Amino acid sequence: MSEHEHAHTDHHEDDHGHHHHKETFITKYVFSQDHKMISKQYLITGLIMGIIGIAMSLMFRLQLAWPGESFPILETLLGRWAPDGVMDADMYLALVTIHGTIMVFFVLTAGLSGTFSNLLIPLQCGARDMASGFLNMISYWLFWLSSVIMLISLFVEAGPAAAGWTIYPPLSALPLAQPGSGMGMTLWLVSMAIFIASSLLGSLNYIVTVINLRTKGMSMTRLPLTIWAFFVTAIIGVVSFPVLLSAALLLIMDRSFGTSFFLSDIFIQGEVLHYQGGSPVLFEHLFWFLGHPEVYIVLLPALGITSEVMSTNARKPIFGYRAMVASIIAIAFLSTIVWGHHMFISGMNPFLGSVFTFTTLLIAIPSAVKAFNYITTLWKGNLQLNPGMLFSIGLVSTFISGGLTGIILGDSTLDINVHDTYFVVAHFHLVMGISALYGLFAGVYHWFPKMFKRMMNKNLGYVHFWVTAVGAYGVFFPMHFVGMAGVPRRYYENTAFPMFDELTDVNILITIFALIAGAAQLVFLYNFISSIFYGKPTEQNPWKSNTLEWTAPIEHFHGNWEGAIPEVHRWAYDYSKTMPNGEYVIPGQDFVPQDVPLKENEEELHH
Amino acid sequence: MTVLLTLAILLLIAIAIWQMTKIFELSQINAEVSQVATDKDNKYNGILMFVFLIFIYGITIFSFAKYSKTLLPVAASEHGADYDQLMWVSFAIIFFVQTITQALLHYFSYRYRGKKGNKALYYADNDRLEFIWTIIPVIVLAGLIIWGLYTWTNIMDINDEDDPLIVELYAQQFNWTARYGGADNVLGEANVRRIDIARANILGIDETDPNATDDVIAKELHLPVGRKVNFKFRSQDVLHSAYMPHFRAQMNCVPGMTTEFSFTPTITTADMRQDPDVIEKVKRTNAIRAKRAAAGEENSDPWEFDYILLCNKICGKSHYNMQMKIIVETEEEYNAWIEGQQTFAQTMAMQ
Repeated sequence: MSEHEHAHTDHHEDDHGHHHHKETFITKYVFSQDHKMISKQYLITGLIMGIIGIAMSLMFRLQLAWPGESFPILETLLGRWAPDGVMDADMYLALVTIHGTIMVFFVLTAGLSGTFSNLLIPLQCGARDMASGFLNMISYWLFWLSSVIMLISLFVEAGPAAAGWTIYPPLSALPLAQPGSGMGMTLWLVSMAIFIASSLLGSLNYIVTVINLRTKGMSMTRLPLTIWAFFVTAIIGVVSFPVLLSAALLLIMDRSFGTSFFLSDIFIQGEVLHYQGGSPVLFEHLFWFLGHPEVYIVLLPALGITSEVMSTNARKPIFGYRAMVASIIAIAFLSTIVWGHHMFISGMNPFLGSVFTFTTLLIAIPSAVKAFNYITTLWKGNLQLNPGMLFSIGLVSTFISGGLTGIILGDSTLDINVHDTYFVVAHFHLVMGISALYGLFAGVYHWFPKMFKRMMNKNLGYVHFWVTAVGAYGVFFPMHFVGMAGVPRRYYENTAFPMFDELTDVNILITIFALIAGAAQLVFLYNFISSIFYGKPTEQNPWKSNTLEWTAPIEHFHGNWEGAIPEVHRWAYDYSKTMPNGEYVIPGQDFVPQDVPLKENEEELHH
Repeated sequence: MTVLLTLAILLLIAIAIWQMTKIFELSQINAEVSQVATDKDNKYNGILMFVFLIFIYGITIFSFAKYSKTLLPVAASEHGADYDQLMWVSFAIIFFVQTITQALLHYFSYRYRGKKGNKALYYADNDRLEFIWTIIPVIVLAGLIIWGLYTWTNIMDINDEDDPLIVELYAQQFNWTARYGGADNVLGEANVRRIDIARANILGIDETDPNATDDVIAKELHLPVGRKVNFKFRSQDVLHSAYMPHFRAQMNCVPGMTTEFSFTPTITTADMRQDPDVIEKVKRTNAIRAKRAAAGEENSDPWEFDYILLCNKICGKSHYNMQMKIIVETEEEYNAWIEGQQTFAQTMAMQ
């Protein structure tokens, strides 16, 4: 293997000068093939989608807390969908649907994994760029196109897709059942098909780059955990996204060409439809075959980022590196065989429910190992509480709080009465929504200097974190109780059931916390934008980190390093490592970058 | 109240923005200040980490104190008791783990906050620790899995023992219909292709099927207490989910197939209304409704407790109001009620 890697390094040394050819505005900023520029494009597109997604959630939170109340702002934003400032019931479902779609796919898949896989895989592996810069560029622009189509779908006559982000047919297949299932759903499906193509191109590129383009000395067991997480995430994406594509294509056929893959025996608005023999349960299987791994596609990169940021800022090696890698792989493997826990009461064979309960609860084991390893990483550290570090700690907190309730939902018995209630909403928002967002923020604060050559303002970062942290728990902790009281999700209002009357208070509390947390994101946006232009210029290695990206010059150019690519001599986590005499390995410095050769007498721990 | 809350929110947001701009201005004055955490930052944020732990515990205690009473009352079905017990044990485990891990996480963040000159411990691995926190979840989860699967298998074992009452729940946008097997306790064949709105055959029942003649169709679900009920679920248009939270029962209704669930109601509606928790809940709810009535708002009639069937799978515009009343009564009351209903044959004859 090492000879093979050596050959690669040589090759790169030969052509390192190729970045000197002339770049135009178009090739540098628009159709760029440089992974650093593409990562910025992903981040900014993801953030814009995030603003829209979060704004939508605030709008429907207003409706849930004060049903029927008039909010002029809603009329301004939604126009004829909110006559006199009262949101229409179809629009409510559309907002819930598009909020879910945007947050899961556009923000937390593309915005998180797309941004940091692109930025870090070449830089931390020691490569001049992705294996194929061209495919990488195509991948971003397909993502851009799918975002644009999704946004266009908001403006169609009958309204956007409104069947929930899971778009279960027949509701999503029949415009007779719901106006959003007309043109809005067509655009949703087209947008997602393009999104999947984008995601596959990106993932294949990440996999090839990690396998083939590691610099000399960078064995798989010396890879930072970020790269392990991105690598495994890309593999799950390649395995599961095509299944969603086929589900989407079959649904398009049912909708437009009269096939009956998912539809059978339907009588609607006074007529019997011709469909016969299909099964909506089949769609549920296909959807969740992607849908569940998708949760980990969202979460694993966030956990990878946390591992890196936490270790760097704790000035300690990540605890149990090999167990962390094993957990990532175990979670990835298990994630592909647990999809049925979304379908315990779908009408599928109850025996399958037993199997999926078993595999689902197994996934708690590697997750628990990861949580304990993070906690031990903090133990006896010298914690540098930078904003990125705070978000990493916050992630572990919400990952535990949200993950634990998974024990309830993964148990087929207990799922019966909380399935599709607000208990589920609270659970997955904490464990994948908030946790992954924290991972995204941790990554942005930590690698902002690498991306934009300037530092973000730390005090605004602190305000952002603390308000968000209080808001997130304030929103989602009480929400568990709403679910256990039996309130179903995706209800436009709860006023039709007197038994839910006394929960209005909880909903108001939740909405207030949501508005506060939403306002805190404006602080982040301000900090992000102003720091791009006016932030304090960064040093080359502001966080005193070991990984290779900080050995690259601050100045960006295609190729990453002037001269030879650094050679790697150790793993990424030699923080506060001491020699037998008690001194740091490099006297006066508590970190040893990966490209520093082993010292004489230095003990190398299993790497 | 609403206006006041809105104003309070706006005020809070305004204060937050004002404070933030102030912080930013302050940080601008010291533009040379490093944007990397200093000892002072570590100290304040470390302390805040500890405060945050108290916040997490606080919001937990607050939620339990204030919202526990809003949860569902005692389970009104036979398997519901097992369900509640398993739920209770799972929650006990969850809260135990949550309390300890959050404490460790936030306490360590506070205790080991960075300071110049401090030396972190180079501690990369410990196989014994890893083993401990792999094996403990394995044992606990194995217990939960076995218990859960045992209960699940019992609940989902739908059979014809003990002479169950056969009831079909039929879902459509946006209402429910119940159909009883009638005197022979057998449902007649049905398919959406036989629906004849003109003749009021809304469930598509096969008129030539002899089993169908005595079927009873109703818009309220009456169940005799203590007798097992086998439900057959159908849907004519999109997915719905029959959710009966008081009985810890739920099953999706899928067009093109029949799904099943079974439970035995154990508490009549009349008895449930006498349950102390339910009495309290009704009292609190009616206080809210009385306030609404005083303000001249809608939806303010006094409420009497009833079991309810809700739709719990997004099904379109009026998903939020797709419901049916469930009445659990004594055998005699149930018999009297069903005697008074028209059979399918009678309804058809009237056309």
